[in-house]
Amino acid sequence: MTPNPYLWLIPALPLAGAAINGFFGRRSSKTAIVTVALSFCGAAFALALYMASTFSSASAPYYLDLAHWIRAGSFQADFSFYLDQLSLVMLLVVTGVGLLIHIYSVGYMWDDDGFYRFMSYMNLFMFFMLTLVLAKNYLLMFIGWEGVGLASYLLIGYWFTKDSAASAGKKAFIVNRIGDFGFLIALFLMIKHFGSLDFTRVFAAIQPMQPETAGAGLLTSIGLLLMVGAAGKSAQLPLYVWLPDAMEGPTPVSALIHAATMVTAGVYMVARSHVIFERAPAALTVVAIVGTLTALFAATIGIAQTDIKKVLAYSTISQLGYMFMACGVGAFSAGIFHLMTHAFFKGLLFLAAGSVIHGIGGEQDMRKMGGLRPYMPWTFATMGIATLAIAGIPPLAGFWSKDEILWKAFNVSAAYWLIGVITAFITSFYMFRLMYLTFGGEYRGAVAQEAHGHDDNGHGHGHGHGAPHESPWVMLAPLVILATLSLVGGFVGYGNRFEHFLAPAFSGATEVAQEAVPTAAESTLEHMLMGVSISVAALGWLLAYLLYSRMPMLPARIAESLGGLYRAVANKYYVDELYAILFVKPVVDGSTTILWRGVDQGVIDATVNNSADSARHVSDNLRHMQSGNLRSYAGWVAAGGAVVIAYMIWMGVR
Amino acid sequence: MVPLTYYLLLSGILFTCGVLGFLIKRNIITIFMSIELMLNGVNLSFVAFAAHWHALSGQVFVFFVMVVAAAEATVGLAIIIAVFRTRETLNVDQVNLLKL
Amino acid sequence: MLHLTLFLFFAAIAVAGAVNLLVQRHPINSALSLVVVMASLAGEYLLLGAEFVAAVQVIVYAGAIMVLFVFVIMLLNAGEEARSKGSRVAILLGVPGVTIGAVLVAWVVLRYSNAEAVSMYALPGDPQAIARLLFHDFLLPFEVTSILILIAIMGAVVLASPPQAIVRRRRTEPAQHETRELAAAGKER
Repeated sequence: MTPNPYLWLIPALPLAGAAINGFFGRRSSKTAIVTVALSFCGAAFALALYMASTFSSASAPYYLDLAHWIRAGSFQADFSFYLDQLSLVMLLVVTGVGLLIHIYSVGYMWDDDGFYRFMSYMNLFMFFMLTLVLAKNYLLMFIGWEGVGLASYLLIGYWFTKDSAASAGKKAFIVNRIGDFGFLIALFLMIKHFGSLDFTRVFAAIQPMQPETAGAGLLTSIGLLLMVGAAGKSAQLPLYVWLPDAMEGPTPVSALIHAATMVTAGVYMVARSHVIFERAPAALTVVAIVGTLTALFAATIGIAQTDIKKVLAYSTISQLGYMFMACGVGAFSAGIFHLMTHAFFKGLLFLAAGSVIHGIGGEQDMRKMGGLRPYMPWTFATMGIATLAIAGIPPLAGFWSKDEILWKAFNVSAAYWLIGVITAFITSFYMFRLMYLTFGGEYRGAVAQEAHGHDDNGHGHGHGHGAPHESPWVMLAPLVILATLSLVGGFVGYGNRFEHFLAPAFSGATEVAQEAVPTAAESTLEHMLMGVSISVAALGWLLAYLLYSRMPMLPARIAESLGGLYRAVANKYYVDELYAILFVKPVVDGSTTILWRGVDQGVIDATVNNSADSARHVSDNLRHMQSGNLRSYAGWVAAGGAVVIAYMIWMGVR
Repeated sequence: MVPLTYYLLLSGILFTCGVLGFLIKRNIITIFMSIELMLNGVNLSFVAFAAHWHALSGQVFVFFVMVVAAAEATVGLAIIIAVFRTRETLNVDQVNLLKL
Repeated sequence: MLHLTLFLFFAAIAVAGAVNLLVQRHPINSALSLVVVMASLAGEYLLLGAEFVAAVQVIVYAGAIMVLFVFVIMLLNAGEEARSKGSRVAILLGVPGVTIGAVLVAWVVLRYSNAEAVSMYALPGDPQAIARLLFHDFLLPFEVTSILILIAIMGAVVLASPPQAIVRRRRTEPAQHETRELAAAGKER
């Protein structure tokens, strides 16, 4: 490991930007706010690029011990940063996509009152995310972990005056917290058994341990608990419920946090802890199963959603499921590859959706869209590229990464592959459904008729309303850049180059052993499976085309005939309601009856009130001593005197 | 030859009568006289112990007790006169304006 | 033997007087029985040899303080005690209290004293010996008690004097002053 004294600057620069905007932004001009936010974020990106330029596959990781933090006996945790190939990939994704989204949100949020607050929070999020990615020990990573949760809460509930937004922010934070609890217990186990949370020390201690094939052991427990944390942060079953509600936040937030970066933190953490997972096959299987099931589950919900952002939210959950499936079968670099391409096309999808919403005056219901292609050609083009990418149509980026995962999954178990293929079909279907509903057919919305568009999500328009219109260039430029990346970004993985690049980070991973030259049979099988995924994606497209472009009456009839099943899917399988009954209601009721009425009112308040009451009662009774009657005073004196005499006699006699 | 205890018992009886009078009687002057009775009982006790221990200071102390009793009786009776002027009664139960 | 007889004689009179004080309803009767008690106590003092104390008891206590009491009773024309609402506390708490206290003290006295006898005329308290103590060892308390008497006198004068007596003097002065001025100015009031 080589020391690098500039590593700390990468997180620190956005923090400075956040601080400046946070403290001084209220009275600054918008230009100043924008300059501060973009320059600090851009500087972080430039620094990341510089680091990347000096890095190659064979480089030793950089590290930096910035300052002492915790020294408690034999336990030690410092502010230390670490940059290896894995963190470099994450770093570039976070800073690059983050910078693009910052630029986009300048245009999107320009007319909002709390503009300075928004940019400050975005920079703050960058700081925490970069801390998470660059941390050299689990504790600093956990700081970043919690911090991105905080930033997510702040940004989801950005329009805090709206009840649903505030509640969504709380829901995100609380559900995340449940996952964090698992993460913390994993950290405690690590401290207890390895005496440290530093990556190098922990992994060095684990390296000589045998894989736990005989059931649950220490590493399996740690792995499972880490997975709980990842499930909370990356919205996997059963802790995914916060992500659809998080769409209450502004669209750039959804793009940055809930598509490209924060939700990928769980995948990064699992990949970083591959040493643990590789020696705990049971935990790894759980990861794979959770990922696979989540992918399928979320995809099925996505086909019945009518809000454009909700479709994308469930799509995110589904794609994250793919990443976990990849990690679960040991293909960590494939998971990271998909993370990278997903950041490109999902970020693009969200930004483009934001552009659509912006262009039709705040409407998010797809049933009220349609026929927008002539009004927003650039948005249509970029969104189309993203849709092709996510559906897995070659040669776009999504195809390469998704196919890599499916191939690696097939080598472990055909069941994973099959479910992955089905999910790919459903993904393609609902994404093209989205495209056709939004851009095809006739415009079903209300904006053209009114003079003023109606803001549903509270953000204002600077330019005049009227017919649907294209977004300004400040918003379109990031779309174009991301579209380019979605087009060409997949070639990074061509010929296993990406895998080779990440190999040192995953040294000891099982997939490196598979790096041997594939046999002819394997190669044919791989190409056959590739063909299957392409045809499945095309099938999904075809189905969407038929249902939503050719025969637009049909979906409604199908929905009616499916009746209850359709309603269940459209209502997200009533999971939120189920959680409300199973968890929320008992906690709230228990809290009300036991903790509030029982403890707070019954014990604490009662103690205070009763002590006051008893003081009053005592004084009420004692005041009879002061009756103004001389003889009663004499009586008291005589009685007291008798007591004193008795006491003295007793003391004397003893 | 009288045992010392006899003197002390007599002193105790006088003192107890004084306290009982203080508690039972309603006339303020009678209550004062009960106080004097108490003091007398104590005086007897002083003198008895002085004789028992052959310490003359016991008898000297009786003087002081008497002086204090005189002073207290003086002031107390003056107060009774002042109270009687306004309240027109010597019944101690009717002088109870200081009750809560 | 003589000592015991005389002691019991005086003791009986004293106790009878004390009980009579409790029993009598008119305060003057109580006062007179108190005088009887004091006289018998003087006899007790003589038996113990405290002759000076006995004399002072009769002269000061029975002769001055009790006379003062009798004066006040006559002055205020106190009548018989009327029945009035007593104090429950005094009866319920005080009387048992004092009886318990008395019983305890008696028990201690009877049990723990050595039953030593005091001989008749045990400690002669002649004036010379008393004076030596009073003006020599107990000089400071003596002087303090004299100041105490002074304060008591002043207090009694102030408390017992009629309220108008003090005010009137103040009120008359300005009036006299004014009359003199008017006369000097040769005017009629």
